[in-house]
Amino acid sequence: MKEKGWKEIPIGGTIVEPGNAVEYKTGSWRTFKPIWHKDRCIHCLICWMYCPDEAIIVENGKFVRFDYDYCKGCGICANECPEKANAIEMVLDRKI
Amino acid sequence: MATIKELSKKKEIISGGHRACAGCIPMIAMRQVLRAASNPVVVGCATGCMEVVTTIYPYTAWRSSYIHNAFENVAATISGVETAYRILKKKGKIPEDTKIDFIAFGGDGGTYDIGIQSLSGAMERGHNMLYVCYNNEAYMNTGVQRSSATPYGAFTNTAPSGSVSFGKKQFSKDLTGIMAAHRIPYVAQTSVSHWRDLVNKVQKALSIDGPTFLNILAPCQLGWRFPPEKGVEIARLAVETCFWPLYEVENGKLRITIKPKEKKPVLEYIKLQGRFRHLMKDSAKDVVDKIQKEIDLRWEELLEKSKV
Amino acid sequence: MSTIIGLTGNEAVAEAMRQINPDVVAAYPITPQTELMHKFADFVANGKVDTEMILVESEHSAMSASVGAAAGGARAMTATCANGLALMWEIVYIAASLRLPIVMAVVNRALSGPINIHNDHSDSMGCRDSGWIQIYSENSQEAYDNTIMAVKIAENKDVLLPVMVTLDGFILSHTLERIEILDDKQVREFIGEYIPQNHLLDINHPVTIGPLDLQDYYFEHKRQEAEAINNALEVVEEVSFEYSRLTGRNYDVLELYRMEDAERAIVALGSTAGTVKFTVDSLRENGEKVGMIKLRLFRPFPYKEIYEALKNVKSFAVLDKCISFGYGGPVYGEIKSALYNYQAFIPAVNYIYGLGGRDIKPTSIKKVFDELKHITKEGVNGKLIHYLDVRE
Repeated sequence: MKEKGWKEIPIGGTIVEPGNAVEYKTGSWRTFKPIWHKDRCIHCLICWMYCPDEAIIVENGKFVRFDYDYCKGCGICANECPEKANAIEMVLDRKI
Repeated sequence: MATIKELSKKKEIISGGHRACAGCIPMIAMRQVLRAASNPVVVGCATGCMEVVTTIYPYTAWRSSYIHNAFENVAATISGVETAYRILKKKGKIPEDTKIDFIAFGGDGGTYDIGIQSLSGAMERGHNMLYVCYNNEAYMNTGVQRSSATPYGAFTNTAPSGSVSFGKKQFSKDLTGIMAAHRIPYVAQTSVSHWRDLVNKVQKALSIDGPTFLNILAPCQLGWRFPPEKGVEIARLAVETCFWPLYEVENGKLRITIKPKEKKPVLEYIKLQGRFRHLMKDSAKDVVDKIQKEIDLRWEELLEKSKV
Repeated sequence: MSTIIGLTGNEAVAEAMRQINPDVVAAYPITPQTELMHKFADFVANGKVDTEMILVESEHSAMSASVGAAAGGARAMTATCANGLALMWEIVYIAASLRLPIVMAVVNRALSGPINIHNDHSDSMGCRDSGWIQIYSENSQEAYDNTIMAVKIAENKDVLLPVMVTLDGFILSHTLERIEILDDKQVREFIGEYIPQNHLLDINHPVTIGPLDLQDYYFEHKRQEAEAINNALEVVEEVSFEYSRLTGRNYDVLELYRMEDAERAIVALGSTAGTVKFTVDSLRENGEKVGMIKLRLFRPFPYKEIYEALKNVKSFAVLDKCISFGYGGPVYGEIKSALYNYQAFIPAVNYIYGLGGRDIKPTSIKKVFDELKHITKEGVNGKLIHYLDVRE
């Protein structure tokens, strides 16, 4: 984001673009990366419930994909994925 | 009671791109609270981790209206916003059919300690707001200092363990009890590990026209010293050991909402956390015993109260 | 149409607030502000206003709730003084930084310690750097008028800053005066409807207010704030002019009293200005060329105006009801700085007076004018800072 001058920004520090933090990608923080095993997923959405980072995309009540732009690789999703499913695996992120 | 599938259909109020640590449990707590709200919300946040990580200018992770004023005054600030809402609605400046829920978030520092006066005042005055304490049991934003919510025996940077110290020398303050003593319509304790319990409590609180208070145990991987994937698991153990009982006080009536089938020893909970590591030796056995004794005492008291 | 009634300073401000009919008033009691809020609460209790009062548990929460209300798009007001103002200090700054046009009456009282309930200006002077506009009132009529004008100044789109209207505790707050009151309708038309921008309750346009603002933008926001308070000088003049057309009462950022040919002058603010005027009159009867400058606006500081007012005198004294410890009087400092800006050198001394409510009498004012005779002749050959009527 280009840094603006004082005449160009709303007064008082107010931010008028709700949710514009999506422009800030936190995926680069990641060391480990969650991998989804579609065949094992039971779509219980527990991973979604426990994701701090809006990194699990759910559509029509089903897990669709990870959003690696925001996933920080904490591994809660893998840790909380029910044992009977065990559909998420943490692997070292290749980019590092 | 909403199902997880139903909850997942609502647009998240907090976006991705916030700067919370990987595996931040307070962030999950806030998400769960906000998922439970059905009306538009106006959120206030006390100074603290959640304030910092969601709103680093020029970015905001908030898709709802949001205000941060200072550390100790989120309850008073939301009092003002909620009052503005009532009068502006009465004057017809806000459409009659608009419904807004007001939610204040504070950490334990901003709630148990520096913000307790402002919170007490707002609750006593009866503002229509839900106050949520995301309780990670120390001042984490400033680098892990002891608060009145820090448990006995825990290491913090201001009450460290050392050759003549075992960490914090006092038990945590019973803030939920203090809030119940305000005799407001609804007070509850919950945990992110029990999301149904949490969502139920939020929905109940928001359905009430008046002040309500929710205390959510929210483990902090940085301050409690555990691997980032373990936060929910640890929160669950806090409930299963009765370290953090889940209960509600509705119009003066106390009800335990989750009773562990088998009450686990507190050791199972504390052994996963680096902040208690110095207690994992024989010489510190009396400290662990004392923690267990206090948990037993508080649990028994709670059981008694729930029978009334 | 106006009405003349007898009111104390506190009642006069409460009356102005009734006519303004703010959306939200948050208040916490402190002497000598209490009667102001009693009176206003009585208006609320009898349906004379639509205002929602928030009866908070501290001044810190009074300002916090005012910030919340104003951020929610409401017209918010409060009142306090002394220790109460000190307790809300943190949020006083935040209110200005968030650019919320809150109006607050400060019933000036000495700031502890030792604790003292009587008047001086140590409370409001202390927050002169907070970003609030500060207007000082000489009498209760002015306190009434300033309160009404303050709303219009605060909400001006080129300003959008909170305003502090001060009146001297007890001296004005508890003294009955003849006050000319406007019609309610006139007041409401004068201040107009408040149309807030970017507020929390416009749910179709969510905003984030009060984010963490670090090295890359904090300074830009402070620069905006500096511009806004500088803009306020002109806005105060405009609003005062408009108000004078409505009331016939002329207000400027300074009031010059018998300054036309004055050789010696005293600069004062607040109720003391009345005592100085009385003394000027009696000295003028003896042919002494003395005058007074009353500072109505302290923030933003009217540097140019004060220079213009002083440029022809041979010496002057500044009366300060406050000490900036380690320096002297805050008003004195500003005025000397104003003269430096215009490369004017005029011998000037500072008199600290009236701390903790010590009465200031015309005989003491006369002493100051007498001292100025020596200074005119010989220049300042000694101390710059003097303490008036303090026992050695």
